[in-house]
This record gives sequence, C-alpha cells and structure tokens, in this order.
Amino acid sequence: MTVADEKKALICLIAGLLRDCNHVAVGAASPIPGAAALLAKAAWGSPRHVNILGSVANNFFTGGGGELFDCAAQGRIDAFFLGGGQIDGEANINLMGRGPYPTSTPRWPGTFGSAYLYFLIPKVILFREEHTRRTLVEKVDFISAPGVSDEKTYRKGGPYGLITSKAFFRFNQEKRRFSLQSIHSGSSLEDILDNTGFAFDYEEATPVTPPPDPQLLKRLEMDVSRTVAEVYPNFSASIFPVTSKPEPVK
Amino acid sequence: MPAEYSDLSIDDFASAIPDGAKLAIPADYAGVSMAATRALIRRKAKNLHLVGVPTSGLQAELLIGARCVATLESSALTLGEYGPAPRFTKAVREGTIRLIDATCPAIHAGLQASQKGIPFMPLRGILGSDVLKHHPGWKVIQNPFSESEDPIVAIPAIQPDIALFHAPLADRDGNVWLGRKRELVNMSHASKAAFVTVDEIRETSLFETEEMAAGVLPALYVGKICYAPNGSWPLPFWNGAKVDDAHIDEYMKMAASDAGFKEYLERYIFGESVMA
Repeated sequence: MTVADEKKALICLIAGLLRDCNHVAVGAASPIPGAAALLAKAAWGSPRHVNILGSVANNFFTGGGGELFDCAAQGRIDAFFLGGGQIDGEANINLMGRGPYPTSTPRWPGTFGSAYLYFLIPKVILFREEHTRRTLVEKVDFISAPGVSDEKTYRKGGPYGLITSKAFFRFNQEKRRFSLQSIHSGSSLEDILDNTGFAFDYEEATPVTPPPDPQLLKRLEMDVSRTVAEVYPNFSASIFPVTSKPEPVK
Repeated sequence: MPAEYSDLSIDDFASAIPDGAKLAIPADYAGVSMAATRALIRRKAKNLHLVGVPTSGLQAELLIGARCVATLESSALTLGEYGPAPRFTKAVREGTIRLIDATCPAIHAGLQASQKGIPFMPLRGILGSDVLKHHPGWKVIQNPFSESEDPIVAIPAIQPDIALFHAPLADRDGNVWLGRKRELVNMSHASKAAFVTVDEIRETSLFETEEMAAGVLPALYVGKICYAPNGSWPLPFWNGAKVDDAHIDEYMKMAASDAGFKEYLERYIFGESVMA
C-alpha cells in the first residue's frame, strides 16, 4: 500500500466509527478525521451534522467560538477527535510539550479545548498517526486532559479508542487500559509491541484491520475528495493527485 | 464624526495601545489585525499581556519574537500546518515569557464573566488536568446546589484593556460589522474598549437593515477604528483574503534563526511603507 492508500484506509476505518453519530465536530488541523466525518455523512447521511472548526463553508455555528463548548456540555456533540504529542496507557493526553512545565522542550501549541471536551463528548477518538515509543508512552510528561476520572467528577464522555498508522485500540474505562482491537495491514503484533511505550491487552490472534469497502473508497475518491479539498487543500493534494490539468490558454 | 473614528494612521492607532496593556486577540482564522501587530512592533510596545481568544498564532509569535510580550494567556499558540512557532518555542525554552496556559472554553468563560460583570464563571471538565494544577487563577469549588460532592472549576473574569481585531466594515458612527464572528462581540463586551482595523468604511449606517444590524458591534464598545485594507495579511480573513502561503513559508525559514528573524522584522515590519 502506498502512503496515500494507507491514509485513505484510515479515513474509511474512522468513517465506520461515526455511523451511529448525529453530530461530529472536527478540529481544523485534523484532515483524516475531517475527511472521515465528511465521508460518513456523504455515504450514509449519518452523522447528519459535521462541523469543521475554523472552516468557513463547513462550519454552521453562528454563536461564536464558545458555541462548540456549550454544545458539548449539553450533550449535543456525539464524537470528537483528540491527538497529542504523547498519549499514555491510561489515555492521558499531552498537548503541552515534552519535559518539565513550563519550560517544555519542545513546547507544542497547547491544550486547546481538550481539558474540557474529553469530559463531555461521549465518543472521543484518539488519533495519532505516528506509532512509536516517543508518542505512545508509559506516562505523559504533562496531563492536558486525563483519560479517566474518579467517581465524584462529572464526566459524560471520554476515550473510545486510539487509532494510529499501525493499529486500532479500544479503551476500557474500568481496567484503565487499552486493548488491541485490530492490526493494520503492513504491521504485526511484534511491530506493535516493539513500538508501543505502554502496556496493553491483546490476543495472540488479533485480527487484521479489514481493508476499506471498495464502494466506500470509491465514494471518497470520486465524491468526497472535492469537499475535503475545500477544507484541507494541502492534505487533499497529497492524497488525491490531480489527474486532469486545465487546458492551457492559447 | 467623533474624533476617535476619524482617519487615523495605523501607527497612531497602535500608539493608543499603551505598554503593559492586556490585549484580547482572536485566533488566526477569526480576523487578526496583523497591520496593527506590525505597528505595535514598530512602536516597540513593551510588557503586553496577550489573551488568545481562545488561541493565537502568528500575531503572538511575532510580538513575542519582537520582545513586546510579558505574558501569554492562551489555550494554544499554533501556526497550524506550518509547524512549530519558532520564536514562541525559543521563548518557552528560555523562560523569557510568563505563560498562563488555559483551555479554550475557560477563556470564553472568563470573558463571559467579565461581560456580565460577575467575578467568575463555573465550568465543567478540567479536573485532574495539569492545566488546572498550574493555572494561577482557577479554583475548584463545590457546586452550591448539589447535596452530594460535586467539584466544579471556577474561572475568574478576564477583563482585557483592549480587544484588538480586524473586521470587514465600519460606518462613520463607529459601528463595526463582524457577521457571525460572535467571539469578537464577546471579546469586545468583555474588554474596556475594542480597537478595530477594517477593510472598508461605509458612508451609510450599518443599522439601516436588520440583516446587517444582526452582525453589528455597536459603537458603544468601540474605542478606535483604523482603515487598513487587507489588514489581516499574511493571515487569511474569513471575509476575503486567502492566506499568503509563500510569505508564511518565508517567515518560517527566516525565523528559524535569531539573525533571520531580525532581518524579517527589518524587511517586513520596520521597512513597511506606512499608509499616509
């Protein structure tokens, strides 16, 4: 599989996880989850509402930057995506930086809305393409948002699972652990054990992530790619190469 | 026309922003006044306290690099797909700016408290994060309406001196049109005054039709207006301009080194030909 094919397979995998949602919100800097949400909407009409933050044409909020957060607190957002420079085995995420705070080196952009949305959106899918011991660590250096909370803490949402370029994990709240769900083609259990910095549950016979449904893939390439290009032009150019060039003007 | 809305050069506009001011600034996609940012650097502004609403980007990066900033209060400083902000990264590593790291809804909530003239706003989430541990202002309180233990975070009001941003339109009475960018309205209500650069000044009132009036920030909240067409350059503007990709790529290359950043300032900021 080429890099572009791998990314398309991730888009199709994530799209399948959004079918039971009504409203999915996606950050401006998340092209793969964004493409997945747009694909699910196009293919199944579900989610019915997709909101790409920071986009003009694909953002339907009219109440200002705070509306997303009010929506989340009211239970009006079903799924969201978070990443992080570090993710640990208890699904804590770190968007702040490596090493001791405040002189983090390197410093990453910051926590954004994660410290809040992680508590309030039922299905938070952690998405981080890089699957290495650098990103998937035993313990994060800074908790931007905790994966689990104690019983007295008001919490309506949290981590559903983790998707990387190598695998799909589900998160088990009670056990505070990830369990390996499927391994993407091109990787192996050994490869995942070698490159994951935290302990997780797995079976020796963990299945391979099923390849994308050809119909869905076609839908993505033929149809959804245009919307994706509007929202994420650079990403789109990298995975949907231009096949027809405009005629030169004579 | 009131004096504060009469024709003002961008440098006079920026001179009205005092050293040490607490400035509310929008995220890179919401209408950043980069024209005023360059003018602040030209006038060598000092000790600014920036409040990213709820994040900042190139604007804070440039002001930090030019040593105009004492405190950055924000949920993030991001240049998006251009990569790590070089001057910000350096300042954090060397500890030369004070950081108040927040989370987006807490910035909105702090401004909302200020809008309402109340001391704080409670907010869900956040408990158990290191952002809470390090934030100098937030407190955990018991929900006074709950019989059982129910901790909730109290976010103190954030009252900026000035909300600084770029908008499409103003009229001669000092009203500003900002469409559905309600966060700019919130910022302005929360701040002592809004300072706005605009693409266009219209001779007719923005209140003439209800369609326009729905997106108006009334002059009551507006301190100063400056005509600065394409004032968000090189950032994109939701009502027009696309990002100047080549320029930001050039910035990233130049700002990678101290000398390169200095040259950037000389070429594009100190050397900018200012409108008369």
